[in-house]
Amino acid sequence: MLDTIKTAETPEGVELKLTCVSFYSRSVAWLIDTLIHGVIIILLLFILPRLGDFGMGLLFIVMFFLSWLYPVFFEIYFQGQTPGKKAMKIQVLQIDGTMVSWGASLIRNLLRTVDFLPFFYALGVMTMLMSKDFRRLGDLVANTIVVYKRDLKDKAFLDQEFVGIYTPEITLSGKEQQTIISYAERFEYFSPERAEELALLAVPLMDKLPSQSIHLTEKAPTEFENPASERLLGIANYLMGRR
Amino acid sequence: MNQEQFIKAHEQQWLIMEVLLDPLLLEELLNEATPVEEHKKNRFKEWQRKRAAKKKKIRRSNQEKFLTLNPELLSSADFPGLYREICQHLSLAQSRRYSPYLINRLSSLIDQAHQVFYKSGHTHGQSAVKSFVTFFSQTFPQTVRNESKWVWLSSAVFYLPLIIMIVLIQYWPEFVYSIMSPDTVASMEAMYDPQAEHIGRERGSDSDSKMFGFYIFNNTGIGFRTFATGLLFGIGSLLTLLFNGLYIGAVAGHLTQIGYSSTFWSFVSGHSAMELTAIALSGAAGLKLGFSLFIPGRKSRYQSVLDAAKVSVKIMAGAAIMFFIAAFIEAFWSSSQSISANIKYIIGIGMWIMVLSYFIFVGHKLDKME
Repeated sequence: MLDTIKTAETPEGVELKLTCVSFYSRSVAWLIDTLIHGVIIILLLFILPRLGDFGMGLLFIVMFFLSWLYPVFFEIYFQGQTPGKKAMKIQVLQIDGTMVSWGASLIRNLLRTVDFLPFFYALGVMTMLMSKDFRRLGDLVANTIVVYKRDLKDKAFLDQEFVGIYTPEITLSGKEQQTIISYAERFEYFSPERAEELALLAVPLMDKLPSQSIHLTEKAPTEFENPASERLLGIANYLMGRR
Repeated sequence: MNQEQFIKAHEQQWLIMEVLLDPLLLEELLNEATPVEEHKKNRFKEWQRKRAAKKKKIRRSNQEKFLTLNPELLSSADFPGLYREICQHLSLAQSRRYSPYLINRLSSLIDQAHQVFYKSGHTHGQSAVKSFVTFFSQTFPQTVRNESKWVWLSSAVFYLPLIIMIVLIQYWPEFVYSIMSPDTVASMEAMYDPQAEHIGRERGSDSDSKMFGFYIFNNTGIGFRTFATGLLFGIGSLLTLLFNGLYIGAVAGHLTQIGYSSTFWSFVSGHSAMELTAIALSGAAGLKLGFSLFIPGRKSRYQSVLDAAKVSVKIMAGAAIMFFIAAFIEAFWSSSQSISANIKYIIGIGMWIMVLSYFIFVGHKLDKME
């Protein structure tokens, strides 16, 4: 539905969903990498001159590798993630969802020079904002894309002991199920009142909302201020296969 | 089959896949199954102790669900087959409208497996050294020969101004100032003064190893920029080639004209073959990239650029290594005053013959196989 999701079809006929990363996260990742470069260079500036001219030679070589090949190294050997990208939980992939190749990584990082033109990545930023999937020139030419790395952990707020498991009385469509699970995943960011308010919107599921008890766990009976959100979380628990 | 039955039927396979995707976890589970032999235990004791910390971390994050797995199934698991089956499970789950949670779980499993299964380009079970050798014994010279028209064009844009400049300055010496400022000319003269302690350097104090680093940083960087700016319709590459040709020609012409030829030509002869060819090749890679935008042929413009980039990056990678070699020669051989000029000339000519015959003769046998 959202246009930041790009699908790539595998040869097995499965569609992979790639969530494109916007300008902001990419710049932060870039900033982190640049800071790392800076710190390394400054440290070396303290250490290497003590080695005399040999150290200076080494410093030049390190500078060369940092400015051109540092991203290539990390993208190839660390699942498409430079330290900055890792911090932002994003990664570089080929457009078909596979790992980025040597050639592609070299292209996208050498073409950084062009993206940098005429000053401070102006061309790159313009291309990023104009292209559909936030790709800079280097990405377009290398056929790569920067995506959010999918988090495999259960993000949902469901391991909480006070939430029971509740079987919904009506059949829910896929979309409805997804909505409820998203609700559970974001639950911890809501204030209790807002969570309750949102849960009450799911009218058909809120039949016979208890003032007494629907759940069977030990901890629960003390508080019933949020019966609706508790029921919705219980349903989410059920939907996620904890039964 | 309802969802519960479906999960029960395939859960084992999914868990196996999850373990296969996590090499550390796989190792741990297999280790638990097989008792470690005594002598091995001693040998790797220290090493195992270090691993233990990591393993504990894993065990905490994973529930006991993995412990139900049969280790024999794990060690005999067939990754591609399993991957295809799970793809099938996902399609089934989707068409039967099982819960989104299940679908998410399966698709994220496939996501990971897909990346492992279709690792593109690099490795393919080949060691890094082997693919490096293959690149230089086959891919690189073959690609350069295939793209010879770009190499010729780039060489023309680079060498013609260079030669013209040298010739012009012999007749009109003041012409050098149209390219370079008087200060630069003066420093060039100082660098190649036959009385200088180290030729080719601004200050006598700079050591070989420092200059080696500097040449790598500077020259290879210029090569990369020549390639990259080719994307701007080839203009960047053309200008860089042209400017470098004029500049090098001006320096060479001027120093010859004022009678420093013995120091200058003996200095540059050693690394000229590698460095000039590398510049011309970076330019060729850039021009191919830029002109693919102009002349896409039967492809779409974008597709044409994609295909051109794949080829030209190979030329650029090879050229980068040539820049490294040139930097090494320039820093440690060319600058030496103790080697006589004649030997330097002979080596220089030898290098040119080597470089040219490399591109003409290497990698032909396997051309036919492809």
